[in-house]
Amino acid sequence: MKIVVLVKHVPDAQFDRHLTGPGNTTDRDESILSELDEYALEAALQLSEARGGAKAGNEVIALTMGPAGAVNAVKKSLQIGASSGAHLSDDALAGSDAAATSLALAAAIRYLGADSPVDLVLTGMASTDGETSLVPAQLAERLGLPQVTFASFLEVDGERIVARRDGDAHADTVEATLPALVSVTDQINEPRYPNFKGILAAKKKKITALTLADIGVDAAQVGAAGSLTAVETAEARPPRTAGTIITDEGDAGIKLVDFLAAQKLL
Amino acid sequence: MAKALVFIDNPGAALKKSSLELLTIARSLGEAAVAVNGELRDDVVGALGANGASAVYRPSATDLDDYLVAPKAAYLAAAVEASGAGTVLLENTADGKDIAARLGVKLTAGVITDVVGVDADGTAHKSVLAGSYTTTAKARTAVAVLTVKPNSVDVEAPAAAATPEVVTIDVPADATANAARVTGRAQKPVSGRPELTEARIVVAGGRGVDGNFEPLEELADALGGALGASRAATDAGWIGHDYQVGQTGKTVSPQLYISAGISGAIQQKAGMQTSKVIVAINKDAESPIFEIADFGIIGDLFKVVPQATEEIKKRRG
Ligand SMILES: Cc1cc2nc3c(=O)[nH]c(=O)nc-3n(C[C@H](O)[C@H](O)[C@H](O)COP(=O)(O)OP(=O)(O)OC[C@H]3O[C@@H](n4cnc5c(N)ncnc54)[C@H](O)[C@@H]3O)c2cc1C
Repeated sequence: MKIVVLVKHVPDAQFDRHLTGPGNTTDRDESILSELDEYALEAALQLSEARGGAKAGNEVIALTMGPAGAVNAVKKSLQIGASSGAHLSDDALAGSDAAATSLALAAAIRYLGADSPVDLVLTGMASTDGETSLVPAQLAERLGLPQVTFASFLEVDGERIVARRDGDAHADTVEATLPALVSVTDQINEPRYPNFKGILAAKKKKITALTLADIGVDAAQVGAAGSLTAVETAEARPPRTAGTIITDEGDAGIKLVDFLAAQKLL
Repeated sequence: MAKALVFIDNPGAALKKSSLELLTIARSLGEAAVAVNGELRDDVVGALGANGASAVYRPSATDLDDYLVAPKAAYLAAAVEASGAGTVLLENTADGKDIAARLGVKLTAGVITDVVGVDADGTAHKSVLAGSYTTTAKARTAVAVLTVKPNSVDVEAPAAAATPEVVTIDVPADATANAARVTGRAQKPVSGRPELTEARIVVAGGRGVDGNFEPLEELADALGGALGASRAATDAGWIGHDYQVGQTGKTVSPQLYISAGISGAIQQKAGMQTSKVIVAINKDAESPIFEIADFGIIGDLFKVVPQATEEIKKRRG
């Protein structure tokens, strides 16, 4: 099975994050592999391993799009266990919205499937920076693949995919056939950590560098120029500050109600 | 006049508050129209008219719910073209965002998610990076697709009701061709409490509740609020995943968020730190939740919460 996993290099949420880049874009210092993509990678590795892994010809390709530093998301994926990587990077991609991003990634996936077809495209449920969740569905639309998004359970038996998708009012069982696109939630598995062996092995794994010319995309279709939306203003919200903190001396429940009454919340 | 099309998936017997909110926004942008999927009752057509819808579109097919979103996006794209709408408004749910995403590709339309306000000129307001920034964004295309969070506007009645014309839209023949099928559907029990993302008050519990949500349920009921939880509590199976607040759960901005036995990890804060007033109850004075609490109590939730519930009941007589 040939699986492409989309991985994104995102600002670490443990630190303050800022929209101070050109065109109100995200400042990408202190970036990491998006933790929501670790679930997609884990799902891919489990599917590959259940079929005999790399030795049996299964491939897990970690694909990222982003500036030079974004290759670190691919490197981390290789350490965790992906078999190879691809890094789509081009100055013209800067400032891409979901539409431009999905256009470029769709072309990159077609490129990776040129020699042998891709069976499955796996993604996280959202990026932890933009958080729109739009790219997976847009990729399915662009690639003409069945879309199985927000899967909290995934099983692939031959060509048949069975997944669970939890909605607010109901939980659905969803079925599709390969090739397909699946996005997974953080309910699906427990991602593994890279171990020492994996870290050493990753050094020998191949990362293909791709440009827009390689994948046949025109610069005008992507980046800020090709984006269909524009962020016009970005304003930092003043950070919340701590209020009154009390220690319970047997009457904190009553003091809590006093507070709610004073705030007119009762 | 500019037209705005609201998508309502399975309106059922009565319009939900979130649908009325979308209609209120649609009217502020121009002439409102509605595209529904699923059964369309006559009295619902009447209610849509009463809320200003000049036209109601329905699909020629009745089996769109048997597939995961793709055919709904194909139908909606056809409805947008038939209506000539310049703005499409959907709910900010998983389905709403997935349909919006595909619609954006089909119509080469800019899509903006997680919208909390829309200006008359189509500028969308949102809160990003876990509530640390507010941004405005605009589609650069002829059609804009917006998914709007609940409680973004106050529902208003239109100056005049309309008598909508009902138009059937042919669902493209290939709409279901490559779509994933829904082969099983389990309805979830309804709680009787307000919907988490729409509630004015949320009472949330974490690992500290140690499997016992009862004291929090009683407080939520005394306050007329919804129940929420941290991922530690949902992962432990003490409460359903639907109750999870945070990065991979629901984002809420109620008037009051009461957090009990929750440490305040960054992923939890991502879903609740735009709440108006935050109250935290935690045994550990070093807990990061206290950094964002307006009122914090260092104490045992099993003592504080029941005492507060009793006191509320007492004051209300
Ligand atoms: C990809 C990813 C996504 C995530 N998404 C989410 C998300 O959406 N939402 C979310 O909440 N988390 C999420 N998490 C998990 C998050 O990182 C934390 O692990 C989680 O929020 C911790 O839950 P908690 O605060 O209930 O538990 P803990 O961190 O264990 O805290 C329990 C707290 O209860 C207090 N306590 C214990 N007993 C009592 C008592 N009797 N009275 C008062 N206080 C008591 C303790 O002092 C402690 O502070 C995510 C993690 C990852 C990796």
